Amino acid sequence: MADGHKRPHPIVAAMPYLWLAAFFLVPFVIVFRLSLSDDVLAQPPYAPLFEWSAGWSGVREFFAGLDFENYAFVLTDSLYIEAYWQSIWIAAVSTAILMLIGFPVAYGMARAPQGWRPILLMLIILPFWTSFLIRVYAWMGILTREGLLNQALLAIGLIDEPLDILATNAAVILGIVYSYLPFMVLPLYAALERQDDTLLEAAADLGAPPWKSFWLVTFPLALPGLVAGSLLCFIPAVGEFVIPDLLGGSDTLMIGRTLWTEFFTNRSWSVASTIAVLLLLILVVPIALYQNIQSRSLERN
Amino acid sequence: MRKGLSWFNLVSLTLGFAFLYLPIVLLIVYSFNDSRLVAVWGGFSTRWYAEIWQNAALLDAAWVTLRVAFVSATAATILGTLAALTLVRRGRFRGRLLFSGMVYAPLVMPEVILGLSLLLLFVAVELDRGFWTVTLAHTTFTMCFVAVVVQSRLIGFDRSLEEAAMDLGATPFRTFFSVTLPLIFPAVAAGWILAFTLSLDDLVIASFTTGPGATTLPMRIYSQVRLGVTPEINAVSTVFIAFVAMLVIAASLAMKWQQARQRAAA
Amino acid sequence: MDNLVLDSRLRGNERMLSIANFPANTRDARGEGQQRLTSRSEPLPASEAAGREFSPWTDPAAVPLIRFQNVTRRFGDVTAIDGLSLDIYEREFFALLGPSGCGKTTLMRMLAGFETPSEGRVLLGGQDLAGVPPYRRPVNIMFQSYALFPHMTVADNIAFGLKQESLPRAEIVERVSAMLKLVHLEGMERRKPDQLSGGQRQRVALARALAKRPKVLLLDEPLAALDRKLREQTQFELMDIQATLGTTFMIVTHDQEEAMTVADRIAVMDHGRIVQMGAPTEIYEQPSSRYVAEFVGNVNLIEATVSGRDGGAVLLESTIGSPLRAIVTENIVPQTKVALALRPEKIRITVRKPDTTENVARGEVVGIAYLGDLSIYQVRLESGQVVKAARPNVTRVAEQPIARGDKVFLSWTPEAGVVLTR
Repeated sequence: MADGHKRPHPIVAAMPYLWLAAFFLVPFVIVFRLSLSDDVLAQPPYAPLFEWSAGWSGVREFFAGLDFENYAFVLTDSLYIEAYWQSIWIAAVSTAILMLIGFPVAYGMARAPQGWRPILLMLIILPFWTSFLIRVYAWMGILTREGLLNQALLAIGLIDEPLDILATNAAVILGIVYSYLPFMVLPLYAALERQDDTLLEAAADLGAPPWKSFWLVTFPLALPGLVAGSLLCFIPAVGEFVIPDLLGGSDTLMIGRTLWTEFFTNRSWSVASTIAVLLLLILVVPIALYQNIQSRSLERN
Repeated sequence: MRKGLSWFNLVSLTLGFAFLYLPIVLLIVYSFNDSRLVAVWGGFSTRWYAEIWQNAALLDAAWVTLRVAFVSATAATILGTLAALTLVRRGRFRGRLLFSGMVYAPLVMPEVILGLSLLLLFVAVELDRGFWTVTLAHTTFTMCFVAVVVQSRLIGFDRSLEEAAMDLGATPFRTFFSVTLPLIFPAVAAGWILAFTLSLDDLVIASFTTGPGATTLPMRIYSQVRLGVTPEINAVSTVFIAFVAMLVIAASLAMKWQQARQRAAA
Repeated sequence: MDNLVLDSRLRGNERMLSIANFPANTRDARGEGQQRLTSRSEPLPASEAAGREFSPWTDPAAVPLIRFQNVTRRFGDVTAIDGLSLDIYEREFFALLGPSGCGKTTLMRMLAGFETPSEGRVLLGGQDLAGVPPYRRPVNIMFQSYALFPHMTVADNIAFGLKQESLPRAEIVERVSAMLKLVHLEGMERRKPDQLSGGQRQRVALARALAKRPKVLLLDEPLAALDRKLREQTQFELMDIQATLGTTFMIVTHDQEEAMTVADRIAVMDHGRIVQMGAPTEIYEQPSSRYVAEFVGNVNLIEATVSGRDGGAVLLESTIGSPLRAIVTENIVPQTKVALALRPEKIRITVRKPDTTENVARGEVVGIAYLGDLSIYQVRLESGQVVKAARPNVTRVAEQPIARGDKVFLSWTPEAGVVLTR
């Protein structure tokens, strides 16, 4: 290849490719295979095992031992189905709230004077650098019966009795909104910041009042940022574990927590795998959408 | 967007940032609370910090966490930079769709799925779980973040500089190390720091992929936190926050210092 | 050495004002040597370019340093370079001239190694360059954007190429000093590119490209970013340096003034082909086509038909009305549609009717551009065509001032125009 010096050497692509294939792709295959297996009391706790030494008949036996039993189990159990629904529901509500909070913040940042912006950017990112776990934990302290929120509300006189906010779905939503705020604000800010002032001036020149220029000019152009931010929040939120575990109650059914329980508490690896596969299937469309956006923005540049 | 802040903007910014920082501030404040109870302020005290130093399990976990973070961040930076180079420079090649899919997916993938799948891999190849499995797992999911950070720097990169280097006799290998890398270094460094903090902070994936003797700090914190709010955890958290904040501030200071040095020269 | 420098300066100045001195062998676009018919009624005044008579292309024994042999470059459906052949000789200052998109930059990059021909060969010193990567070619580029390494000092930038050759440190230091002296940037070693002005950065780029003493230096629109005064000064400096070092220079530009000033030979390109090649005087005074005539300098094109021959001239009929006579160097069949190319400075503009009956046109002045050293008059002829005539302002106060709206006469000699058949 005469132009070989223009493109990087194949090894540049090969190293990350092989790594990801080994540590990202292959594991998924294994998860799928495990979802077709049964739980046994052994080490490892699943069967059938693939025995190289057993030869061709071993291979056939292996494939014969696989079945969709777990899928039938999960899909017919109302508890699991409820967990999937709740996860999607909670993630969706959280994402909607994130949009409502995130947009004004991002918009404010985009309209701030030039000198403020690096500082504002740093302020938005800094909580992200500090521990996720710790920040969720911080909310625990605030939301308990004796916590600061109740203390404040009691002091103002808004309520007579402390509210039971902790261990509810509301707390989970609050936790998700709090933790994921930077992920919504940053893509939105990037999209809004890129916009040309002259577009708004043109709209004003043509007679549009400010709210109209916002709706007809600013908002549509910020839409890609909004979509990116929403996906960046929604998809991981569906599978969240830490937040529902620390802030949710016993009736908070989120699928990430279910998977964890199946795996660690029930030692049911194959069911956990089934849950994972189903979760992936649910999320595959938004994930593909997100990747599409990323690749396209890469190409555009 | 330079029109200036309206009242609405100012209010939303203030509320937004207050919301973001209030819990953290409260956490830090209460780590100095002499009383064990969250509700009651018992006076200023640093006793919880002293207690941390006595807690061997906690210190062990912190040490493990730091080592895992350091190794995985370094590996992730190398792999992530290579991935970014491939995505930006390689153009179309067979399997590109799969490759970009694999690079972008972990950014949004729920951690439970990542953790579970990696553990199952380690079990299938009969790799003993411990320090190295956690490190491998962390490398895998943080390299994608590094790739995205480096990628955005590579996109605006002036390629005529590389052509100039090659024109002057530098092989592509030398060109990368003498010209490209020094110029994308800030992005690479930012990627390293990002990978480091992501690893430092990770609970879910570590829980799945770790083994005996390699319990990480988040795992220890989590096991205690499940039982409720405790002031020791407040203290640990504050130390943690302070550590990361210092890291980030040190990094930005280093960059500013380097820039000032360049201006002063000649 | 000083003489050489002085001579090359003179050469440049002379070129601006001289009239063509026909070389014996001229190559047109197809690369075939064509002996021009030189039957003229009287010899054209020739101005001797002082200094060196440099024309290796006239020497049949000379071997070209650079050869493009039937080179084609396609990008998908688009053909950027189309079956182009070109020879460039050692120590030449060669110019590729053409508008953007004509393929000149692609051709240059092919020589440097950043493009590969789809067909054809590129030879340097007799060696086929196919498969030779840019870092192994004795060719260096001065980039249009300068492409200085922002994280390195001036000295490190210049030393970069030398370090790749693993030269001993002492020698590198020496060469860097020599280069800085050559481009008049002594004392700037420790500066960074962002601390330099545009002109200074350009010199660093030049010094860096010359540090390795390449066989060929390629200059990609080197003066485009400079203001006029700086550009003129730099043009002469480039010529000095080229003459001093004896390196073969190839400049790529869309600025015909630049090409005319510095180059020994110019190749005018259009859509991937060379449409004319020759010394600047030749390109200017003997354009081979309308395209070249219009691209290089100002020109008036008068559409005409050949009505007859008279010795070494043809008689033309045109919309001007009065008979036109023009000296030609080739045989043109009557009834052929041609264009008479007249440069504005070759047209005399008078208020009083001239004595001759041929090559006269009447018109009205519709615009005047006063440039200080000359004035350009836009004259609308009876036919409606607007013709430009230039008149140097030889005296400070004009003897016969011409104003807008004046009725004037334009006249020219039979040798003044070139008859173009394509």
